[in-house]
Amino acid sequence: MSEAMTTRRNTRTGSSEGFEEVLVDVRDLKMHFPVTDGVFFPRVVAHVKAVDGVSFQVFRGETLGVVGESGCGKTTTGRCILQLEKPTAGEIMFGGVDITKLNSKEMIDVRKKIQVIFQDPYSSLNPRMKVGEILAEPMRVHNIIANEADRQTRVRHLLNVCGLASAFADRYPHEMSGGQRQRVGIARALAMDPEFIICDEAVSALDVSIQAQVINLLEDLRDEFDLTYLFISHDLSVVRHICHRVAVMYLGNLVELADGDELFENPMHPYTRLLLNAVPIPDPTIEKTRQHEIIKGEIPSPINPPSGCVFHPRCPSAVDNCKKQIPTLREIKPGHWVACTEV
Amino acid sequence: MALLEIKDLQTHFFTSAGIVKAVDGVSYTVEQGETVAVVGESGSGKSVTAMTIMRLIPWPPGKIVGGSIMFDGKELLDLSEDEMRDIRGRDIGMIFQEPMTSLNPVLTIGMQITEPMLAHLDMTEEEAMAKAVKLLGMVGISEPDRRLAQYPHHLSGGMRQRVVIAMALACDPKLIIADEPTTALDVTIQAQILELMKNLTREMNVAMIIITHNLGVVARYADRVNVMYAGRIIESGSAQEIYHNPRHPYTLALLKSVPRMDVQRSAKLDPVDGQPPDLTKLDAGCSFRPRCRFATDECAKSFPALEEVSPNHTSACFEKNNLDREVKALAK
Repeated sequence: MSEAMTTRRNTRTGSSEGFEEVLVDVRDLKMHFPVTDGVFFPRVVAHVKAVDGVSFQVFRGETLGVVGESGCGKTTTGRCILQLEKPTAGEIMFGGVDITKLNSKEMIDVRKKIQVIFQDPYSSLNPRMKVGEILAEPMRVHNIIANEADRQTRVRHLLNVCGLASAFADRYPHEMSGGQRQRVGIARALAMDPEFIICDEAVSALDVSIQAQVINLLEDLRDEFDLTYLFISHDLSVVRHICHRVAVMYLGNLVELADGDELFENPMHPYTRLLLNAVPIPDPTIEKTRQHEIIKGEIPSPINPPSGCVFHPRCPSAVDNCKKQIPTLREIKPGHWVACTEV
Repeated sequence: MALLEIKDLQTHFFTSAGIVKAVDGVSYTVEQGETVAVVGESGSGKSVTAMTIMRLIPWPPGKIVGGSIMFDGKELLDLSEDEMRDIRGRDIGMIFQEPMTSLNPVLTIGMQITEPMLAHLDMTEEEAMAKAVKLLGMVGISEPDRRLAQYPHHLSGGMRQRVVIAMALACDPKLIIADEPTTALDVTIQAQILELMKNLTREMNVAMIIITHNLGVVARYADRVNVMYAGRIIESGSAQEIYHNPRHPYTLALLKSVPRMDVQRSAKLDPVDGQPPDLTKLDAGCSFRPRCRFATDECAKSFPALEEVSPNHTSACFEKNNLDREVKALAK
């Protein structure tokens, strides 16, 4: 890495040493959804293995990207951390406490610290509430600011922080554009002064010019409020831009985890390699000389995933052993983890 | 002669909020066998232009109020509805964004693929079925015989889009209009579908208009690019020219806004400020002016015409020759 590059990174992260304090520790997380048959006496006939044994850590102050295609389990992983799903197995340690073991009362305190920004700015805001009410509600519910006037001051402050004029507090969501609504979604997540924000496809629904504005906002807020992000996205270009480390998921499994630049420049898992290959780069000169190796077939059903390595039916470097042996995540280089026996 | 020549096309929507000039003087050409991309953000008029070419604008509220569409020597705007119906699906095929909604859920795949052949070509049902099997094989669907009896819900999104492509190709069209053909698909499936479309259009010498907001897709697949903003084409040229020598502040801004997978995590993106304009409230000046860093007093007076910057490269900007510094900065 060039010297200019290093200094630039340092100013962004605030430290050259990287991140050391573990904020979230996900251990062997499994989320199996039952598939039932029969209307009156439903019985469980199978399970959708949406997340099937995923472990990773998120360090305080970093942005960890989780990438993968539809159905890979990235959103379910986020929902498990938010405790919107009760995981089938595994632990989620947040600040040293296993939050899967907490009851709903104990969870209330944790919820303030973990917030979420959803993908669709059209369906994630209540159409019958004014923006001011949407932002004030969590503060009222959690009794963070008891006084109505103080709450309104904070609402205006949050709007300004997210690049919206105070007057937006009196508007309804339908009076705003997609980008403006997404800013409201971000302001709502900030209302609780959270430590950790799960961004689930937070910029995917936005147009290019608006998307760039919101990406910049997310980065500014991260620096200003020392936030930690779990950035779930299928858009690898955005992930490369915003994330310090990146985890790649495939069919409920984590297949590769590494520092962002390392993962994009030196992908080791065959799936990651093909996935990166499929992303077109906005430069016709590069595209002309680039190798376009196309991944064959489609993602198998998570109800009955392939034996051994779940990627073996589509993998160009699969050998016989891949059908039997389930690969575990190994550290091939410092900080670069790969779940493939052939690497 | 160009296969398709659109001149000064205008499609307006007459709504209670005012007249929305969704397409406001669009001109471009498509040559035999070439792939032309139309890029722009939501509301820029790229899809409405495509619907206008097919004459599928619903009245009320929409109406084609002016311009000309010469296709294969015929003026499409002068044709009767019956004559137009002969062209849709036969000479011009269409691929829509949503493979989930663009197929009829209650008809089998076989019935849907054979429908355009039975309607347009002098084919018996057996001949059409035989051709359908061949088409499904061409678009990479396994066991095509068995698929003909299946319904859309039996297929995944990627497979449905392959069926839609097979339908578009069924009558050997001269032109295919693909409106965001892969936006709803995962990136690996997107690569499969686009590669398939590129190979098939090349083999069969079919021209294609690909409408997309994805600048990466354009760079990989298009020969020529038209950039749209607020109902107009503001820049047009070869992919090389548009990406490496943009001559409109909006194109420049788009290229600076898009995060790139091949660039290290580095400094901030440089997005365009502000929002796209309200299409009911456009004035006589350049519609990008309020967001433009190069705007001068002249920009408020009239809308700049598309003028040549270099051969086959046009830009609608008064300041098009004063962007050198920014273009050089982009190259870095």
